[in-house]
Amino acid sequence: MNVIPISRPGRKLGTVSVPNVTLAHGGGGKAMKDLIDDVFISVFNGSGPDALEDQARIDLLGLTKLGDRVAFTTDSFVVDPLFFPGGDIGKLAICGTINDLAVGGAKPLYISCAAIIEEGVSVDLLRRIARSMAETAQAAGVRIVTGDTKVVHKGACDKVFLTTTGIGVIADGINLGVDQARPGDLVLVNGLLGDHGAAILGARGDMALDSPIVSDCAALHELIARLLQAAPHTRAIRDATRGGIATVLNEIADASGVSISVDEEHTPIRPEVKGFCEILGLDPLYLANEGKLVAVVPPDEAGAALLALRSDPLGRDAEIIGEVGEGESGRVTMHTVLGGVRIVDMLVGEQLPRIC
Amino acid sequence: MKYVDEFRDREKAATLVKKIQGLVSEIAITKDRPIAIMEVCGGHTHSIFRYGIEGMLPKEIELVHGPGCPVCVLPMGRIDDCVAVAERPEVICTTFGDAMRVPGSRKSLLQAKADGADVRMVYSPMDSLALARKNPDREVVFFGIGFETTMPSTALTILQAEAEGITNFSVFCNHITIVPTIKAILDSPDLQLDGFLGPGHVSMVIGTKPYEFVSRYYRRPMVVAGFEPLDVLQSIWMVLKQIKDGRAEIENQYARIVPDDGNDRALEAVAKVYELREFFEWRGLGSIDHSGVRIRDDYAVYDAEQKFAMPNIKIADPKSCQCGEVLKGVIKPWQCKVFGTACTPETPLGALMVSSEGACAAYYQYGGIKKQAVAS
Repeated sequence: MNVIPISRPGRKLGTVSVPNVTLAHGGGGKAMKDLIDDVFISVFNGSGPDALEDQARIDLLGLTKLGDRVAFTTDSFVVDPLFFPGGDIGKLAICGTINDLAVGGAKPLYISCAAIIEEGVSVDLLRRIARSMAETAQAAGVRIVTGDTKVVHKGACDKVFLTTTGIGVIADGINLGVDQARPGDLVLVNGLLGDHGAAILGARGDMALDSPIVSDCAALHELIARLLQAAPHTRAIRDATRGGIATVLNEIADASGVSISVDEEHTPIRPEVKGFCEILGLDPLYLANEGKLVAVVPPDEAGAALLALRSDPLGRDAEIIGEVGEGESGRVTMHTVLGGVRIVDMLVGEQLPRIC
Repeated sequence: MKYVDEFRDREKAATLVKKIQGLVSEIAITKDRPIAIMEVCGGHTHSIFRYGIEGMLPKEIELVHGPGCPVCVLPMGRIDDCVAVAERPEVICTTFGDAMRVPGSRKSLLQAKADGADVRMVYSPMDSLALARKNPDREVVFFGIGFETTMPSTALTILQAEAEGITNFSVFCNHITIVPTIKAILDSPDLQLDGFLGPGHVSMVIGTKPYEFVSRYYRRPMVVAGFEPLDVLQSIWMVLKQIKDGRAEIENQYARIVPDDGNDRALEAVAKVYELREFFEWRGLGSIDHSGVRIRDDYAVYDAEQKFAMPNIKIADPKSCQCGEVLKGVIKPWQCKVFGTACTPETPLGALMVSSEGACAAYYQYGGIKKQAVAS
């Protein structure tokens, strides 16, 4: 493992003078150290007595002051294109990992970052990605404390793949779980759905859009803390990433052995995203989000939960979209704008545009 | 969305449903089985499921989901041929998204892509021609599928390729025509249909006159319908009104888009580029005379079937598959022997399980298994 040695005060950082990454940058020698220094160390905010070790060392006592359980998560990011309206792969990786911790009620603290880099990628591109990761982490109050890089032959990966792993601490008394939903609970989302999925499809350039749809990529841990304060008996929170809100609702309904019905009229979707989906024959309920959560809240706390969400810029467009019921276990239905009912099932494969 | 939300209005829908209920109660007393109305077009099937229309209708109405999903009716042999072409190293195979999942006897285009074939999704044949322009050393093949809706755009693309002198572009033509298919359904001995919703987009090209045989010779009402939910509801009401009045006419609910005479320019391009095949094989329905088109010899250089040696093997539909009976409205999807067991969206046996517009996939996904179950 060629770990990212966290900088020691006064150590002079190496720099890369060539424009593109070559296999030499993965060889374990000086070129590699220079690449890691130049791209990652120079911007990441980790530091401490464990600098230059093969692992980050975390003070246990400090963790136990924050709660009684450690939350631990990992995720890989392979987005194409790397830069898109509203974000990039670096921001996506940090926000994604923060959110995976936060939806379990954890306070996110430390993140590791492994990068698999295709030879030929420009060093500048890597610098931009690393800077974006650093800025996102700093704004969110988490530290990137260790990492790894590998360079692979051209064609062995698509430019850059990132894997981030996160550690956080869950405070005593917080017990969120997808199996906790009960009939009568209400289902909330924190805003407009499908923006990220539509932004990525739009950014691939297949559809000529007048104005780009912007990804909702954002770290939700502060919003979630606010939500849990207002609605301490919240049953479950999930971020609605791949597979969209439809998938999350199905997971909750399935794990809790309940049915969920949502109301199309109160499901917030931006007109541009709706239009985009109509043209391509896609369903926005299945589009990915990167800054949207689904929360299941007991009815007596739902009002407070909605207010709490709406008081935060990341929850301005929050809505109560549906209700947990006793019907067929695992079944998710939607009351359509027309007054009909449809079933919202899990997607089988990838959502493919329809011919006509 | 302006000009769209108006066609999804809940109150207007409720009013229409009430009017439909009124008509149905008058008609139903004279009938001993449900009033069966077939929507020919997959786009209507999609709207019906997407908005939960079936559950809003009185139970005396049975909607039969017809053959109008061009992806669903593609026979396995044609997919095999397309896969064979896609697997040639010089070929970039381009296709509409939902055709990628249709199973061939060996594999789907999606699997061929995973195995290394250069298969790319496009939104229009013009995207495909652009790829040919950009890759002069490759052969770009467009997998042309669809009814008269998509036929003109493929034809115009071929004409454009000719005008530009592009020679590394060709079309694997699987375009099919709607009229012989409706006729085949009407000729089926076990027919139990009382009326039709006519296809909106197809009719935008061919107009409404080609359907006159439906009313004249088969005495069935048909209403050419739009795709918004209120379009569908209004069209159902119009069909019922005809049934109640004892009329059988071709009416045009979608007049804001569909001219009775069709679109001259589109028809001209179609006539110029294609000619009728003697017959074309349909998944589930078998061979139907004059139901497909091929590219005329004048444009042979753009015809992938002439450019590449195609295996051209006929593969029979799986025996257990009852797609044909579902397509003709003889049985409902869930009455098929393999529905939801051997045939699921993950492992579709029959075509109707493949595309989201296929009746079986729609039932499976949107779970319209029993209208009472979701109408609560």
